[in-house]
Amino acid sequence: MKKRKFGLAMSLVLAAGTMLAACGSNDKDNNDAGEKPAAGNDTEKSEFSIAMVTDVGGVDDKSFNQSAWKGVKEFGEEQGWAKGTGGFDYLQSTDPADYTTNLNNLARRDFNLIFGVGFLMEDAIADIAAQQKDTEFAIIDGEVDAPNVTSILFKEQEGGYLAGVAAALMTKSDKIGFIGGMDIPVIERFEAGFLAGVAAVKPEIKVDTKYTGAFDKAELGKAEASRMYSSGVDIIFHAAGGTGNGVFSEAKERKQADKDAYVWVIGVDSDQYDEGKVGDDNITLTSMLKRVDVAVKDIAQQSMDGKFPGGETKVYGLHDNGVSLADSRGAIPQDVLDQIDEYAQKIADGEVEVPEFVEKKK
Amino acid sequence: MNIMSNKMINILVPVISIILGLLVGAVVMLISDYNPVTGYIALWNGIFGDSYVIGETIRQISPYILAGLAVAFAFRTGLFNIGVEGQLIVGWFAAAYVGMAFELPKIIHLPLALLAAAVAGALWGLIPGILKATLKVHEVIVTIMMNYIALHVVNALIKTISGGGFKTDRIHETASLRSEFLSNLTDYSTLHYGIFVALAMVVVMWFILEKTKSGYELKSVGFNENASQYAGMNVNKNIILAMVISGAFAGLGGAMEALGTFGNMSSMGGFTGIGFDGIAVALLGANTPLGVIFGATLFGSLKYGANNMPNAAGIPVEIVSIIIALVIFFVACGYIIRVGLIRLRNKKEAK
Repeated sequence: MKKRKFGLAMSLVLAAGTMLAACGSNDKDNNDAGEKPAAGNDTEKSEFSIAMVTDVGGVDDKSFNQSAWKGVKEFGEEQGWAKGTGGFDYLQSTDPADYTTNLNNLARRDFNLIFGVGFLMEDAIADIAAQQKDTEFAIIDGEVDAPNVTSILFKEQEGGYLAGVAAALMTKSDKIGFIGGMDIPVIERFEAGFLAGVAAVKPEIKVDTKYTGAFDKAELGKAEASRMYSSGVDIIFHAAGGTGNGVFSEAKERKQADKDAYVWVIGVDSDQYDEGKVGDDNITLTSMLKRVDVAVKDIAQQSMDGKFPGGETKVYGLHDNGVSLADSRGAIPQDVLDQIDEYAQKIADGEVEVPEFVEKKK
Repeated sequence: MNIMSNKMINILVPVISIILGLLVGAVVMLISDYNPVTGYIALWNGIFGDSYVIGETIRQISPYILAGLAVAFAFRTGLFNIGVEGQLIVGWFAAAYVGMAFELPKIIHLPLALLAAAVAGALWGLIPGILKATLKVHEVIVTIMMNYIALHVVNALIKTISGGGFKTDRIHETASLRSEFLSNLTDYSTLHYGIFVALAMVVVMWFILEKTKSGYELKSVGFNENASQYAGMNVNKNIILAMVISGAFAGLGGAMEALGTFGNMSSMGGFTGIGFDGIAVALLGANTPLGVIFGATLFGSLKYGANNMPNAAGIPVEIVSIIIALVIFFVACGYIIRVGLIRLRNKKEAK
């Protein structure tokens, strides 16, 4: 017994010794590994490559980070590039302190154009763009004034307006909910448009509006959705990124418990149809698409052609396909769709000006 | 014959713990089909690779030192300050506000901003301190709740002072801890003077605890409240004092972020996590000032270096978090390794 313990301890020490030795040799490998890609990059400088940094929502947030990555990936694949240095790539941020690091890491890997996704990255982009003057940057949902940065904004209010029209036409209980992430200007545009859309159809409906204060807390979204559905709300529009996944799970649970339950979610940013599947049913009414991918590809193309709109702010709206409603796949009947199209036409023609801010009543 | 002195064991324990953590982490990478060698090379390069990352690593360590000191200080008085996170957040805001709202010469402005952060953190610690001392409300519950209050109050304040926006304006240059010199030295990293503030506070904590009468009383209350009372010490006063000083350290941790790393404050969707990591930092460092430096260095380097694993080795963030957690896990249960080593020594001596 005693001998065995001694043996165990000995083997531990031995293992430690080999690991230490391995650490020593790793050191050398480091230098080799560190130099090789750098040398490789120098020879391929003429090639164009793009990358993006996600905000804390992560690349699989089923929302606008994912949409941005879709754009980057599709653009890269269309050019026949591979994922990685010299092609297209992304880095995920887990903490606001990671933004500058990730942006800098990508700039050091000689990507020509780097997208920062999310308003939270404004300061980080401004800092890094000032240091890495040869790299082009683009910020989505934020504005940075620098010669090598393009700012990409969306008219979320226009898409939100159509979502509001759809909700008001489809509701049976005349109670509609809105769940937002953080209370910030971007999300307020969703809300303002949504409220205006609902009011355009049925001014008497009061929308139950709630901000959860976070984009990555599905449990908060679920709790809020549960409260709203219990109070009679039948359609919830969420603009809350990952938090919105909780809204879907609550709606799905209700649909599962009662097949005839009239509960709907309007998704956001990406087409969230797949999120809403419950057996043969689906609780996704439609999704308000914010085509970050369209914008990403557009800017990438311009940059590759040497026409990078540095220092400018690009605003994508309904008329240039920046925002739209997703295919409802039969959830919305055709006559309602026609009515929605009428409203869309009015916005495109400039007949309806969708407000950017929520009117503070009370 | 004493082949393994206690000193040697003290050094061996953390080394073996880290190696064990890395080994198990390597297994995790192997199972999930990633190359552990490239992974660890990326981690190493992410911490020590060049002057830029070294600068960033040190920058990351500064708030961890202060958060660790805050937890450790309260611990020494027998108090479990879970509220470091909240104290850090109010400190962050106070420093950002003072840095932005006033225009003063640097020699007044910077200390004033630091002081504001410390005072804000101290006030946030004072409330649970008073409740504990007068009404015997357990500080763990109060401090946890104070975290949420801090988070949402600060978010509301940011919205108010920025006129509906989501972040405060940048602080004036006169309040900034950023340094041209350190930045150039480290290839434009965001390294700032905060590390010196943090190290100074390590000395301050050591001085208070070891060289002053109130430090002696604080520790005494931590060892045995009743005996201290019997010996004529004012236990309630010491509890409040410990929470206030602890909160001040945490507030300064927030100032690191406000005046150094970020230069402003954005409204937050959740906690920064620095305050909670501070608990682990303090425990790793056995609640001693020097130990906190060690714990913070480990935490800060791993946290910052981990960013390079997805970047250079393509390992997903989730796997990286598991690996980092494993390393910390093994360091935290270093006691088992210590027992093993001592047994081993005794065996050899017996022969």
